[in-house]
Amino acid sequence: MRRLTILAGAVAAGLTASPASAYMVYVSNEKDNTVSVVDSTTMEVVKTINVGQRPRGITISHDGKLIYLCASDDDTIEIIDTATHEIVGSLPSGPDPELFVLSPDGKTLYVANEDDNLVTVIDLESKKVLAEIPVGVEPEGMGVSPDGKTMVNTSETTNMAHFIDTSTNEITHNVLVDARPRFVEFTPDGSEAWVSAEIGGTVSVIDNTTREIKHKITFEIPGLRAESIQPVGVRITADGKKAYVALGPANRVAVINAETYEVEKYALVGQRVWQLAFTPDQKTIISTNGVSNDITFIDVATDEPVQSVTVGALPWGVVVSPN
Amino acid sequence: MTSAVPGTLVAFLCFFPLVVNAPAAMAQETAPKVQSQSAKPEKQVTEIKIGYLRAYAPQLALSVLDVPPRDEGVAGAETAIGDNNTTGSFLGQKFILDVTEVKPDADVVPAFNEMVERGDRYVLADISARQLLSIADIAGDNGVLIFNVGATDDVLREEECRVNVLHTAPTRTMLADGLAQYLVWKQWRRWVLIYGSHERDQLFAEALRRAATRFGGEIVAEKEFKDTGTARRTDSGVVQIQRQMPVFTQDLPNHDVVLVADESEVFGTYVPFRTWIPRPVAGTAGLSPSAWHPASEQWGGTQIQNRFAKANGRRMLSKDMAAWTAVRIVGEAATRTPGADPAKIDAFIRADEFSIAAFKGQKLTFRKWNWQLRQPIFLGDGRSVVSTSPQEGFLHQVSELDTLGIDEPETKCAFE
Repeated sequence: MRRLTILAGAVAAGLTASPASAYMVYVSNEKDNTVSVVDSTTMEVVKTINVGQRPRGITISHDGKLIYLCASDDDTIEIIDTATHEIVGSLPSGPDPELFVLSPDGKTLYVANEDDNLVTVIDLESKKVLAEIPVGVEPEGMGVSPDGKTMVNTSETTNMAHFIDTSTNEITHNVLVDARPRFVEFTPDGSEAWVSAEIGGTVSVIDNTTREIKHKITFEIPGLRAESIQPVGVRITADGKKAYVALGPANRVAVINAETYEVEKYALVGQRVWQLAFTPDQKTIISTNGVSNDITFIDVATDEPVQSVTVGALPWGVVVSPN
Repeated sequence: MTSAVPGTLVAFLCFFPLVVNAPAAMAQETAPKVQSQSAKPEKQVTEIKIGYLRAYAPQLALSVLDVPPRDEGVAGAETAIGDNNTTGSFLGQKFILDVTEVKPDADVVPAFNEMVERGDRYVLADISARQLLSIADIAGDNGVLIFNVGATDDVLREEECRVNVLHTAPTRTMLADGLAQYLVWKQWRRWVLIYGSHERDQLFAEALRRAATRFGGEIVAEKEFKDTGTARRTDSGVVQIQRQMPVFTQDLPNHDVVLVADESEVFGTYVPFRTWIPRPVAGTAGLSPSAWHPASEQWGGTQIQNRFAKANGRRMLSKDMAAWTAVRIVGEAATRTPGADPAKIDAFIRADEFSIAAFKGQKLTFRKWNWQLRQPIFLGDGRSVVSTSPQEGFLHQVSELDTLGIDEPETKCAFE
């Protein structure tokens, strides 16, 4: 029965029949305080984990053993064991953690504390706070360069991308971007940082050498008002060729040629698209659709939505196991 | 007449979390262009002073919960000054709030002139329409930009509009339209209107009548509730009201909703649950339209609400939000211009592409024809947000926000 469904889904999407390896997809559900665990092959929810209040930012250790989850209203970061799906510990996050990023060496977590205008630097082994870095009003988006030397935080009301030297934990550059910057994603070669602006409706491509905006990507969807196009999550393929941007209440994910910055396609997913994550084989990208309570699997080869899966209430963040 | 409020500027030094590190020179001056600054020790800090002129006297309300806080509006401006200063700490800009208070019926001209002398180039006005008109042209002559954060009078955006007066407070017609759209969406179309006997009550009643005509509501009956000068609160409490209000509403024809227009706080709070037949109440009582709601947590609202509550020990109200938005508009322009040149800041705010984010789910822009800030209207019942307007299906060729209030084709505003 299950096999039939998969096959039907694969055929409908025009995929080849070769079975993809199964990954686990972890989705934080902001409203009902759970994490949904979805099998990437069967595209079914296999488990629902009860977590702290208002779970949002979610990431996973490089070995795939631990999930880190911002429980925003509990002012803590919870650690979930992926083998048992049990909460096995917590990190001292500072108040109202929303988003974070793991350093490339997997040792350090950089956390945005929205209520306190701070970025908190946490050493994962000792679970100690190494530094608190004052940034602009309502810090949110967090990105780290592939070499780990630069961390970028965005502040939503100050409207800046703050470039921070990770060796000194000090701000070196402040780049003004459009209103309500939500997310930072570095290109795989580290040459650019892409910053989405939810209210501004743009993605700024910042040159990581000059720390200046080299291009601003805008979006236009026939029949939709500009105000409803609100970029949030951004992901760039490992080969650096394609970028995906979640457009919030526009209910679409934009597919962008990352070399020319041209928007090539808008994939229609669910309502209020927040965040995105690739499967490790980069064959699939998954969107969380906050208002329609589901996630959508998009085929990276065709950029067509393959299937939507109902998860918990108000799905927000998503991360996929590395193995 | 004029009394300077204590603690005007001092209060905000504590909001400076950082050593100021900002650029020595910023070459670009074009509007939303962007520059990157390297963080070096800063020597020069540019000060930008924002005035706040308010008419204040303690007010009573039918419910003690509705008595306006002492710092209503000012607290919103101060929170925005703090936000601007956090951003300013990266750019070498420092914002200062200069508050002046007068009596509600006072001549505001001397106080305003003093603010101009102190160098306030931007003044938030929380004063009556008459007071505002008495200073609008003096402001214009002195190159002062006024942000109206308190007066909802449509006339200030219409017949008496001024090119140097920008409005972050919504109008009565915007509020009434936001409410009417929801009632029509609910298919509750038959309304009775009870209005107070004071001028402002009648102005809001007129806005509700206009909204009924625009959106297909029907006002099947109207009744005036006269202010006979009774005390707002007495020890015998609600005994008489419980008997009087049913009788007052007994002769009304059948209806879906009772609309109340009582800005003066004479009877409105007493209408819900006391009508002759069981009907929902909306307007200045019951389901009320507003520029902000103290319980709104949508669209990042949680952050501003937490920040405001932490700093001020109370929830954020509509006037606080109007003032916050006005100060942020100046801050946004100063950040992006960048600098403190009033002419450049003015031009930046008036540019086509200008917008401001204010936790309302979309960018807010100005109506160029009368400098009213477009904004969604919250509908709430005192505990929670019930809805926000514009409602689904109310379409507009320019912006759905322009389905709220007087639109460009109807405007009576003509700038010279």
